[in-house]
Amino acid sequence: MASASSAQAKTQFGYRRHPDQDRSGANVAEYPVVVVGAGPVGLSLAIDLAQRGQRVVLLDDADRIGEGSRAICFSKRSLEFWDRLGVGDRMVEKGVVWSVGKIFHGASQLYQFNLLPEEGHKRPAFINLQQFYAEAYLVDRVEQLPEIDLRWRNKVIALESRNDGVALTIATPEGSYQVHASFVVACDGARSSLRQMVGAEFAGQVFEDQFLIADVKMTAAFPTERWFWFDPPFHAGRSALLHKQPDDIWRIDLQLNPDADPIAEKQPENVRPRIERMLGHDKFEFEWISLYKFQCRRMARFVHGRVIFAGDSAHQVSPFGARGANSGLEDAENLAWKLDRVLRRLSPEGLLETYHIERSAAADENIRESTRSTDFMAPVTKQEARLRQAVLSLAEDTEFGKRMVNGGRLSVPSVYDTPLSSGDRDNWRGGPRPGASMPDAPVTEQGGGSSYLTEVFIKQGTRFTLLEFGNGKGCDLPEGVGTIRVGGDNGLIDAQGLAGKRYDAEPGTAYLLRPDGYVAARFRNAARPALDAALARASGLN
Amino acid sequence: MALSTSSNFAKPDDAFRAIVEAHRGLTDAQSADLDAALVLVLANHIGDLDVLREAIALAKRRMPDASQQQQQQQQ
Repeated sequence: MASASSAQAKTQFGYRRHPDQDRSGANVAEYPVVVVGAGPVGLSLAIDLAQRGQRVVLLDDADRIGEGSRAICFSKRSLEFWDRLGVGDRMVEKGVVWSVGKIFHGASQLYQFNLLPEEGHKRPAFINLQQFYAEAYLVDRVEQLPEIDLRWRNKVIALESRNDGVALTIATPEGSYQVHASFVVACDGARSSLRQMVGAEFAGQVFEDQFLIADVKMTAAFPTERWFWFDPPFHAGRSALLHKQPDDIWRIDLQLNPDADPIAEKQPENVRPRIERMLGHDKFEFEWISLYKFQCRRMARFVHGRVIFAGDSAHQVSPFGARGANSGLEDAENLAWKLDRVLRRLSPEGLLETYHIERSAAADENIRESTRSTDFMAPVTKQEARLRQAVLSLAEDTEFGKRMVNGGRLSVPSVYDTPLSSGDRDNWRGGPRPGASMPDAPVTEQGGGSSYLTEVFIKQGTRFTLLEFGNGKGCDLPEGVGTIRVGGDNGLIDAQGLAGKRYDAEPGTAYLLRPDGYVAARFRNAARPALDAALARASGLN
Repeated sequence: MALSTSSNFAKPDDAFRAIVEAHRGLTDAQSADLDAALVLVLANHIGDLDVLREAIALAKRRMPDASQQQQQQQQ
């Protein structure tokens, strides 16, 4: 189905011959990093690495951005990452901002939730944006960075692991060639061919229920909220989801019976009556129709020697909860700074093992959450259905029932239980603990300009940074560590007191932030030896 | 807090009776619905996952676990 709205963004790219294709034998080109797959994860990873000064070759076996909206919900955490990559504003300007979700049972509303109930964050809880827009904006950013060499219609067909790297054989329309890479990152999606090349298993749970996605174009007065129905009048006994995208496109997701015929169900003439029943009118056009079943699974190990897996190639979840693309982007931000440090020999290769530790635990959490949502939407046994019905019924009259209703628990950043964290030694009543991501808060610069902590972190160079709540002179900083000072004589002004509140700050409180914006350690009074030790630990040096 | 298995009601017969009477006149399907709702209400009142897990283990103590049951069916 042609996608009219994709005309607003460049989606078709050309193959170009590269001089590397004329090299062979002992003369093949060598690169520090080759990223395979120019989807949202591969593109974002390449940009992060390039901004850290690494040369990156980015390969994609197609020559165009995929059709259909596919992933549509991008989280606050992903937007903060994209801010660091210089594309956040463009995504938010085009995207549909939302934070309210409503859950219906039958014809009546059970409850509503607000994913970002408090003010003072630069970014909203979520935006909805078609994946092809996100990819097009990322490609535009890639083209600004001379460090990245993006090669379309370059398909990896063989991989040979060596002690000091990986030899890749790459097929192009003009024959195949070889390159050597110190590291290869496989961002080549759920059907990853690199995963097969390293011989890794990808086992997990298969769900039998089928879901129909229809993107329809219409001008409608529905608010920009996520609406989820259990047993709606227009689709009895099953579930349904309605969500707004840019360009007057609406995502409709309908649960089908496990025995529904996939070919027949996808035909527009069969989809149309269902959507008409849902919307109560026929003034819409189809943009994209897709039918899917899904699996929840992950690789046992995300790091296979010098081949590292990120995004859908490493883990797959059900789509309920916006945990697919967002967790892939979290993989990319987690990996980029570690790979950069290892390539610069600032940290030992063992630092990459913490990528596996942190992100495989996050994948487990995402799989657990999305499996629970799926089980709630599609109960397997009679008794499961009975318990689900009891929850939905209790939700009409009790608060606890509402909170048990599971129409998708939306993605929030994981808290890492990781060897890179230094445990708390002081007393804390709140604030992000080591392993948690930095909360945002509004601050005012000395000149009067308003900003956010996440913005100041970017200005500090997206590196190890000490966030201090000032009194007096502040801590003596190790070399290469950035600093953000809130309060004190020359610091940022916490006019609304939100920074102090969100970090449980007292005068002298300091947080050591990792280059991905996660907390490595925190101190009531940061002294140099403790700070040095925490920095060494967070760098994988002990 | 551990699961309490000592007798907590002053008049245990009254408690048992209350549950039995709640099921009087119901079909099996209605009874199953009632039990499902009642379990959820009581579980929330307890509000302690460890206690809930202990209670589930106690209630299932004489049931062969699912994998054993499958093996028996295959034999």
